[in-house]
Amino acid sequence: MDQLIGGLYGIPIVGLVFQFGGYLIAVLPSIAPGILQAATPIAFAALCGVMCERAGVVNIGIEGIMITAAFVGWYTGVLLAPSMGSVDLGLFGANLALVIALIVALLSGVVISALHAWLSISIRADQIISGTIINIAALGLTGYLNNLISKTSPNGAGAFTQFRPPRELLDLPIVGWILGMFLSQGPIAMSVIVIVVVFQVLLFRSRWGLRSRAVGEHPRAAETVGIDVIRVRYRNVLYGGVFAALGGAYLSMEATNSFQQEMTTGRGFIGLAAMIVGRWTPLGAFGAALLFSSSTALGNSIKFALPSGDLGTILAGLPDQFYDALPYLVTIVILAGVVGRSIPPAADGQPYEREATT
Amino acid sequence: MSEGRSRSERWAPQQVWRRIWSVIALPLISILLALLVGAIVIIASQLVLPGAQFNLLLPLTAYSALLQGAFGSFDAIVDTLVATAPLVLGGLSVGFAFKAGLFNIGAQGQFLLGALGSVAVGIALAGSSPLVAISLALLAGLLAGAAWGFIPGFLKAVSGAHEVVVTIMLNYVARYVIGAVVGGPLRQQGRSEAITPDVGNAGLPILIGNSGHAGIVLALVAVVFIAWLLFRTTLGFEIRTVGANPDAARYAGMRPRVLTILTMSLAGGLAGLAGAVVVLGVQHNMTPSFVSTVGFDSIAVALLGRTNPVGIVFAALLFGALRAGATLMQIEAGIPVELIDVLQATILLFLVANPVLRRVFRLRGVKTGIETTETITKTYGGETPVA
Repeated sequence: MDQLIGGLYGIPIVGLVFQFGGYLIAVLPSIAPGILQAATPIAFAALCGVMCERAGVVNIGIEGIMITAAFVGWYTGVLLAPSMGSVDLGLFGANLALVIALIVALLSGVVISALHAWLSISIRADQIISGTIINIAALGLTGYLNNLISKTSPNGAGAFTQFRPPRELLDLPIVGWILGMFLSQGPIAMSVIVIVVVFQVLLFRSRWGLRSRAVGEHPRAAETVGIDVIRVRYRNVLYGGVFAALGGAYLSMEATNSFQQEMTTGRGFIGLAAMIVGRWTPLGAFGAALLFSSSTALGNSIKFALPSGDLGTILAGLPDQFYDALPYLVTIVILAGVVGRSIPPAADGQPYEREATT
Repeated sequence: MSEGRSRSERWAPQQVWRRIWSVIALPLISILLALLVGAIVIIASQLVLPGAQFNLLLPLTAYSALLQGAFGSFDAIVDTLVATAPLVLGGLSVGFAFKAGLFNIGAQGQFLLGALGSVAVGIALAGSSPLVAISLALLAGLLAGAAWGFIPGFLKAVSGAHEVVVTIMLNYVARYVIGAVVGGPLRQQGRSEAITPDVGNAGLPILIGNSGHAGIVLALVAVVFIAWLLFRTTLGFEIRTVGANPDAARYAGMRPRVLTILTMSLAGGLAGLAGAVVVLGVQHNMTPSFVSTVGFDSIAVALLGRTNPVGIVFAALLFGALRAGATLMQIEAGIPVELIDVLQATILLFLVANPVLRRVFRLRGVKTGIETTETITKTYGGETPVA
């Protein structure tokens, strides 16, 4: 066996592919939880995209919703921590302040989404311009407030901590690391899987899902069978705000316990790419998010421990910045490769105008 | 609107004023309302933050410092012009792409690459004659930006990948490219901090005051060139047709794919030139953490200027003044410069929500805020709009 592997590794050029495969198999169990963690904000952004665009509303303001929720959640924690920070809830390291802060963060996401919904559904503005405005406003306002607040460098309400599954479970052969990937997580990262599955089922198997899709595909037809197009669109955009806000809150309340300016670093947009690659389905979008985030996790792993052999020598020659840029490059490449075969909802991005009643 | 009127009637003072008003009414009201919202933000943030002293007049202090920093002295005015020049080029970049129905959010990345390209050539030619050094360094900035704009244009034309996602990704990649190149091959030897050598003779000559470099003139030349290209050439006509109606353009025998690639490359070149102007005119060198707000401001400039080259000049002047004055505002009133982003977003918000403004202010006959960009969202998603 070892001889065979050695032989495969030794083939010029093609051997590099095998070396990469071997490295991947070797490190996958240890980086798997990291993949899901990196995927969480991207997946939530993608779910927000699916939620909005299935009903025909393009939302590129996801980045802005995320950064707002990240800030509001963190700062609510700062304000509440002195009075409620010590009320321990005994699960995921959560205290009362942290939980309330999370709820406020989700509400802030809904508020920002309401602005986008109003602009794109009621005002019938160009939806991409509307999203851009939300991004500029959110990044500016959070940066402005953070600048004022950081002068006092206050303490937040902490962060949600990871669940520790029993050792025996993780030591199971083959499935152990997969269980670890989904169970060694904080509450927000863990909730992704549940939300993805429930969303997938509801979107394709429930009355609400059918109505949403009808509104996104052919609003005029939906209206004639008595569906309130405007209402469905508003509702979905507001729901989407909750998803995006979860992604943002994850960054400042679970992945870290602090807020940094522009900490979303394009994840809202990577989420949109995941949505497209995942063909506007929750499961597909989640899968694409995992694919994108594995490049992040793998890049970090390579920076930490180089693979052996020729591959390691080549990778060692690349600058660190290459690995930082990797998730963005992977997103572009996959998007460009898949996008032609991925078809958006027919009425995506088109404002709906009720027909005048005669 | 004035078919029946004679030429002299059209140019009667009253008519001229009416036409000017129809163009500037919405932007003007939007700007004033945005300043009002900014004032509310300043006051409200004092209430939310614990320990801050409450001062109801703080917005006035802030805005007067802003005004003074932008126009308070000859030097301040020159600084405003210096801040305006790259915004004109960036605004042209975004506005030009808008004309073809493309949203170039990637001006930021193209700006960074343009700056990098011009600094690389500038360093190499630091000792040659200024004319050669400057023109080649500017050309390098233009080409580097164009290359960065070509990528999303090409990908959109070939695979249908929407330029919004691709250009945003490229913005981040550009940041790391700068880090790698400036921290690596271009880094000046023998210095503890990572910084490139000076561009020497490739630096733009100073024409007015202490800092008013030739990039200001270059920006105005670009305005004339783009206006000529858009409104006086066949290519410009085709670009505008593709933007207004891709299907009609295709039936008329135009090639939307080629036009998409060409437009994005040219837009990238303009943004790259903006980067070159900043590096060669102001910085004269580059650090790995080189950042600027120009790329994102350009979007606001293009929208406020209604994607029209002349409108863009005025919009750039406004945001240039805001950026130039923001430093003094931060020093004198303790207001973070991010307030400018808030103002910017609010101005755009009111422009987009213009149906509401019309109703509230009973505006009649004024032009809409942002009408030329309506095709952008239509091409969104996975379909191949330019097939």
